[in-house]
Amino acid sequence: MMRFMLLFSRQGKVRLQKWFNAIGDKERKKITRELVSLVLSRRPKMCNFLDWKDYKVVYKRYASLFFCCAIEESDNELLALEVIHRFVEILDKYFGSVCELDIIFNFEKAYFILDEFLLAGEIQESSKNKVLRAVENSDALQEENQEAEATRSILEEFGLS
Amino acid sequence: KFKMPVPNRLRDLIRNIRSCKTAADERAIIQKECADIRNGFREEDSVFRCRNVAKVLYIYMLGYPAHFGQLEALKLIVSGRFTDKRIGYLGAMLLVDEYREVHLLMTNSLKNDMDNPSQYVQSLALCTLGNVCSTEMARDLTSDVERLLKTANAYVKKKAILCACRIVRKVPEMMENFIPLTKPLLADKNHGVMLTAVALITECCRKNPQVRANFKKLVPTLVRILKNLIMSGYSPEHDVNGISDPFLQVRILRLLRILGQNDSETSETMNDILAQVATNTETSKNVGNAILYETVLTIMDIKSESGLRVLAVNILGRFLLNNDKNIRYVALNSLLRTVHTDMTAVQRHRTTVLDCLKDPDPSILRRAMELCFALVNHSNVRGTMRELLSFLSRCPLDFKSDCSSGIFTAAEKYTPNARWHIDTMLKVLTTAGNYVRDDAVPNLIHLLSANDKMHAYSAQQLYKAMLDVDDMSVQPLTQVACWCLGEHGDELVSGSNVEDEPINVNESDVLNLLDKALKSSLTNPVTKSYAINAVMKLSTRFSGYNSQAQQIVSIHSTSHDMEVQQRSVEYNVLFNQHDNLRPGLLEHMPQFEKQVTTTNGEEGGEQLESQTVESVQQPASVAQPEPQQDIIQSNVDLLLDLVDFGSSNNNQQQQQQAAPVVPSNDINSLLDLGFSMQPQTTQPAPPAVNGFNNQPNVNNLMGGSLLDGFQSPAPVINNMQSMFYWPLIHPAACMQVISKFSTCHLYSEPTFYYYQNNLKIICNISCTTEPVITGVTAFEKSGLLIKFQFERDGNILNVMLSASNSNAQDLNEFIFQAAVPKSLQLQMLPPSGNLVGMNNSNVLTQTIKLNNPNKAQPRLRMRISYNYQGQSVQEMGEFNDFPPATWQ
Repeated sequence: MMRFMLLFSRQGKVRLQKWFNAIGDKERKKITRELVSLVLSRRPKMCNFLDWKDYKVVYKRYASLFFCCAIEESDNELLALEVIHRFVEILDKYFGSVCELDIIFNFEKAYFILDEFLLAGEIQESSKNKVLRAVENSDALQEENQEAEATRSILEEFGLS
Repeated sequence: KFKMPVPNRLRDLIRNIRSCKTAADERAIIQKECADIRNGFREEDSVFRCRNVAKVLYIYMLGYPAHFGQLEALKLIVSGRFTDKRIGYLGAMLLVDEYREVHLLMTNSLKNDMDNPSQYVQSLALCTLGNVCSTEMARDLTSDVERLLKTANAYVKKKAILCACRIVRKVPEMMENFIPLTKPLLADKNHGVMLTAVALITECCRKNPQVRANFKKLVPTLVRILKNLIMSGYSPEHDVNGISDPFLQVRILRLLRILGQNDSETSETMNDILAQVATNTETSKNVGNAILYETVLTIMDIKSESGLRVLAVNILGRFLLNNDKNIRYVALNSLLRTVHTDMTAVQRHRTTVLDCLKDPDPSILRRAMELCFALVNHSNVRGTMRELLSFLSRCPLDFKSDCSSGIFTAAEKYTPNARWHIDTMLKVLTTAGNYVRDDAVPNLIHLLSANDKMHAYSAQQLYKAMLDVDDMSVQPLTQVACWCLGEHGDELVSGSNVEDEPINVNESDVLNLLDKALKSSLTNPVTKSYAINAVMKLSTRFSGYNSQAQQIVSIHSTSHDMEVQQRSVEYNVLFNQHDNLRPGLLEHMPQFEKQVTTTNGEEGGEQLESQTVESVQQPASVAQPEPQQDIIQSNVDLLLDLVDFGSSNNNQQQQQQAAPVVPSNDINSLLDLGFSMQPQTTQPAPPAVNGFNNQPNVNNLMGGSLLDGFQSPAPVINNMQSMFYWPLIHPAACMQVISKFSTCHLYSEPTFYYYQNNLKIICNISCTTEPVITGVTAFEKSGLLIKFQFERDGNILNVMLSASNSNAQDLNEFIFQAAVPKSLQLQMLPPSGNLVGMNNSNVLTQTIKLNNPNKAQPRLRMRISYNYQGQSVQEMGEFNDFPPATWQ
């Protein structure tokens, strides 16, 4: 089970955080701060795993972004790298060649994608397409909603409703 | 009515924040935005609530407080708009965790939305439940999750399964509801459903090993699914680098591992498929290795056939040689896991593992180091240790403590001979310097003491090492060296029995070196205490150097450190007033024995024996840091009570203020030795040091009045000191003290503990009001051992409790409560602390006073509570076996 996932930039700015265990706000901040500086201090040729406190941390850098997650002792580190990679692939497909800016300006979408991919710290879907389809369908539903509202408000303006 | 301006769009806020040049600018923008958002919330602006909450989430991600968005997010959830719900649930997952009371407000919305006709709304609710579900929520919503587990819609189903998984994690007994539903889930063709179903089963098995038996019949199904995955051709949907759904494969392998553990029959059914996966998996990419790694772990964990195990270890051996650091890391990791079951197989890769000690990556180094320690045995100890010693000299600083401790442990276990052992130990002391853990010092002293043929050699080597380090900044080395020089300095100087080239050293050199250690600002008080002891001992070992030794010792009677000062003062008294006793007191220590022997002697001996044990246990029990101030104060008072001569009453006040603060919690021990007591007449003393010139009455040693200082059942032991001195007190030595005491010949190590313990024994001999009765085990369960020692004084029975813990983790918040029948009165004195250290390291003591006027047989009911690994444990027990001597 994954305990949390963090996305942060090379400057240490958090771009996404997902906590699958109940951890208080203070503790979250502390973990984030320490872990970010620890990961950033590691040289590029080092392995992608870290034993940090009780956590087994798996991280990987994609362009300017670090994807970092903490897993349990019995979890497979190599597979965690695949999970991260899969997430990146889905982001890439959704945004069309994703970059950090996409995630900054559409952070909620990044969360929606993650929520279709992982749940309760476990992978819920191994098919990229199914994850994408679910997110896109939800987006469409959202837009339908908004269009309907826009129409309604125009009608209201003309006193037609 | 004033209408709120339209709030900024999220996009604009992000842009504005990104354009900030300084952190102050950013803070200003965020402050303003937060104020606007709060206003919007206050206006109950439902149109823009969604936008505002989204902005709060962004602000939260930047690390600013965002608690004011919690309730608003919950309001969004209730809204009918999908957009609102989507952001609302996202906000709830981020901002509201189960520690916040408001999280329960979600329960009803979750319940409603799980019933919503739209699968996307259902999905939002399930996703939130799966990520933030608390115990209460789990109880309220289990039936809804159960219902959705049976739905035909795979999209909703897989999410419901993972919610069930979370519920099982939170409330394990809920698994009863889900277990019957799991079997059909595995028959589903949808990978999402299979994947999550295997996760749910795994979770159930982990939380309650007893249900494993239920799932064992699923093994053939799991094997079939796995087989299909390997055999099936390319399926683009679930493919990762040519491997079909590795996520599902790994999960099944892991579940097989859990189901096959300690069950040869079930394991048997897995052999074929495991062999297939192990041989057929393409390993040019990470993903293949991930599967192979999982397979190896499964093979090693279940009762697989031997050929398969060989295959697995060979795969790991291949991993070790892989260019990819990640693969090497997992190889070390899994070798470490299997080293205890397949020692010989892992042993074959020893040289490769040793090579990993040269890796620049600390993650790999840590694993390699641990594995190296696990691989040391009698036949390879020399070679492996050579590598580890060289690793010790070059490893990152945060490895040094662990590495040196590991070397000490392994050396002790597999040492080929004493000489090698001492050399290794010395090498670690000089290489790791102050990173050597404190507990190593007593262990090493023990080692030196036990090898009587090596005394001269070790003294010589330590002397050389101490000269080499020169500036005395390495405390552990200096401490061990001081002890050794003090004990065996004579053999060093005589040059006897030294195989190596003898070094030219005379008595003065040794004393000067110790003097240097005492005066150096780089040695800590503990080291200084070792040094001053050493000088003291050498005063008897070196003939003709008395005055030099005394000079070195006496200078420190004004030391700022209470411990050093006390010793100096005490030893000075010994020089001046008991010079005839000095040679006897400072004789060579007998060899330490490893175990405390508790064989009962015949008649009379028994009592002494138990005292001995007790006196040994006391230093080992580390008292929690006591309110030092009080102790110092009370001891100054005591001091004034005790050192009562020469002065008259009228300058009492003045003198009390001027009295030297000798803040030692055990000062009374020596003062008692030296001075006759006139208690209650609190005539103050002139500065204590001067006072020692008065002629004491040695006969008072036997006097009952001396006891006053020792009535307290457990002398307060300074936390740090006890760690350092425990090995100095040795039961055999105590016995000898006692036996020699009858001929008035004290034979001891002159640490103040020794004084204290000796005196305590002496007092117990000379005064029989407090017979000590042998200790018994009162409670023993899951590594916690509670022993009682009894001390009786008329109707009052002092039960001295000592709790030790043989687990590998500390017990925290230890509380011992007791109840007795009405005929007895019970008083619990404060415990020495609330922590019972792991591996019997920190023994907790507490005294229970029982007043038993009717001399009835006492019974004691106890309740023990403590935290172990974050879990609170409560135990009850009853102790009725009070020895007759304690109450009759």
